[in-house]
Amino acid sequence: MQSETSARQWDGTLSPNDFNSSVAAFCERWKEVNDSLPQWLWEPFPVVGDSSCNAAGYLTMENVYHQNASEEVSHEESILGDEDLSDDATLVQSCGKDDIHVYDYHIVYSFNFRVPVLYFRGYRLDGCPLKLEDIEKDLPAYSLKGLRESKWTFMTQEDHPYLRRPWYTLHPCGTSDWLKVLIGSNAANNQPRPLHYLSAWLSVVGQAVGLRIPLGLYKSQ
Amino acid sequence: MAVFSEEAAKYVWGGAIPLQIRLHESEVTTLPPPPPALVLGSRIGYFPLLVPLIKPYFSSTLPPGEDTVWFDYNGLPLKWYVPIGVLFDLLSAEPERPWNLTVHFRGYPGDVLTPCDSEDTVKWSYINSLKEAAYVINGNSKNIMNMAQTDQFDLWQSLVKGNMDGYLRISSRLKLGPVGEDCFLKQASSLQPRQAIDEPDPVGSSRPSRIPVRLYIRNVGESLEDLEDAPIIDSWDRISYINRAVEIHKEGGNYMTLKHAMRTLLPEIFGEEDPDNKYELREEGNHEAGSSFGDPETISMTRNDLVEETSFGCQRSSEASLIRIQGIEPDLNIPFSWVVNNLKNPDYFLHLCVFLRTSPRQAKAT
Repeated sequence: MQSETSARQWDGTLSPNDFNSSVAAFCERWKEVNDSLPQWLWEPFPVVGDSSCNAAGYLTMENVYHQNASEEVSHEESILGDEDLSDDATLVQSCGKDDIHVYDYHIVYSFNFRVPVLYFRGYRLDGCPLKLEDIEKDLPAYSLKGLRESKWTFMTQEDHPYLRRPWYTLHPCGTSDWLKVLIGSNAANNQPRPLHYLSAWLSVVGQAVGLRIPLGLYKSQ
Repeated sequence: MAVFSEEAAKYVWGGAIPLQIRLHESEVTTLPPPPPALVLGSRIGYFPLLVPLIKPYFSSTLPPGEDTVWFDYNGLPLKWYVPIGVLFDLLSAEPERPWNLTVHFRGYPGDVLTPCDSEDTVKWSYINSLKEAAYVINGNSKNIMNMAQTDQFDLWQSLVKGNMDGYLRISSRLKLGPVGEDCFLKQASSLQPRQAIDEPDPVGSSRPSRIPVRLYIRNVGESLEDLEDAPIIDSWDRISYINRAVEIHKEGGNYMTLKHAMRTLLPEIFGEEDPDNKYELREEGNHEAGSSFGDPETISMTRNDLVEETSFGCQRSSEASLIRIQGIEPDLNIPFSWVVNNLKNPDYFLHLCVFLRTSPRQAKAT
């Protein structure tokens, strides 16, 4: 009975230690599900004066190719809407190298919001960084809508908290609210299992930026 | 001591840095080059807000093209979202007046600075910061998100114009403070710096308040007395930037001072015993906060390695560091609640610069 009460009270956030546990469980599961995909790695970033703070650092997955049948391919193809079915080799050929976008994704723990935050950047094969309008082509429609309607509060360029360079990020101020709804009701105890937290979070955040997530991650173990 | 001192707030709002701003030589197209612009930069303001003031000085000499204005100090591009006063406290170790800066209207270093093409960008950076602070303080950002457009506009304008009364009128409705005087550490029996941010509320105790803090840490060479010799910061990689909340409690424990707050933020720098506080340190035996997810060490990093790399410990805090808030080097024994209520910025963050002395060993490493 007590756990029920706490389940209702769980506010959708997680502590630094829980973030750490979640990261470990999540990486392991990601590898299990698909060994051939790019892997998530934990990059510790020790904090001056507080080296015991083990949530300082970021989870990184880099060099993720995003092959999108962009508008430039051909109008007929886009209208048919069968981009996913078209042959990859043809796609690369017709798009040219310029249309292959490479993304780096970092997951950072926000000590203020007490939730994970996604940072990402995109570039072309030649290393040239993508502009916002290039990135927009890789985003699903609802993210574009969010981008248009809330230019300043949905996705913006911010300093990466550890690398201190501009990266794109999704604003975390509402994260705990939707996580509470998404997993709060399913959590058996007063908090969700570590794996569940990051997977659930990424199922929403990853899709918002066009990051494909292996379905196997969500199959029961 | 009053919880909130209007006098202190007036000093914060009135604080300004005299700036001497030269146009970067690569953008000078006239002979003789234009003289530097002398302007006052409000401590709580942001650099892009100075552009309308500065541009007339240089507009006649600029090469053709579109303006993308940015500033540098000794070659370091200034992060525009950091308040001017904080940048000054942090980068001009031995306060330099006027502060000599360079302005650029071309060649925006997009790899180092986030884009800033309008005052709106600065405004939203401020509002987002305010939201973050509200989240830390109240556990949600609703008060900011539900603000009427007009209030949001007025709040921003009051900051731009340095209108403290207007700011206080609107911000008081946001229910973000002030922090009461009754602010304590946890019960001495459970005092653990780590625990302060790691643990959910213990059952039965009143909900602790969280104070939003932004820490900027730099090394200033081998002596804290001779700041003129502090090494020039040529890259933001040399600054550690920490965003943390300090947890305070409404009851029990010890009265919380600035030093206590610093200890929860940077235990290895401020965690040194001094005769006054010895009784607390005895309690810090079991260091690891409980975790509902099990072993917090499962991440593949070994604590020992990290300690090796970053240890600034083993130094007495008075020697190891110096703190600057709003240009003041405060006594570490003043109540933390007073510091927060009176020295915070209008984004409700307490921005704190920490200077560390470099030990010879570290000097070699960097």
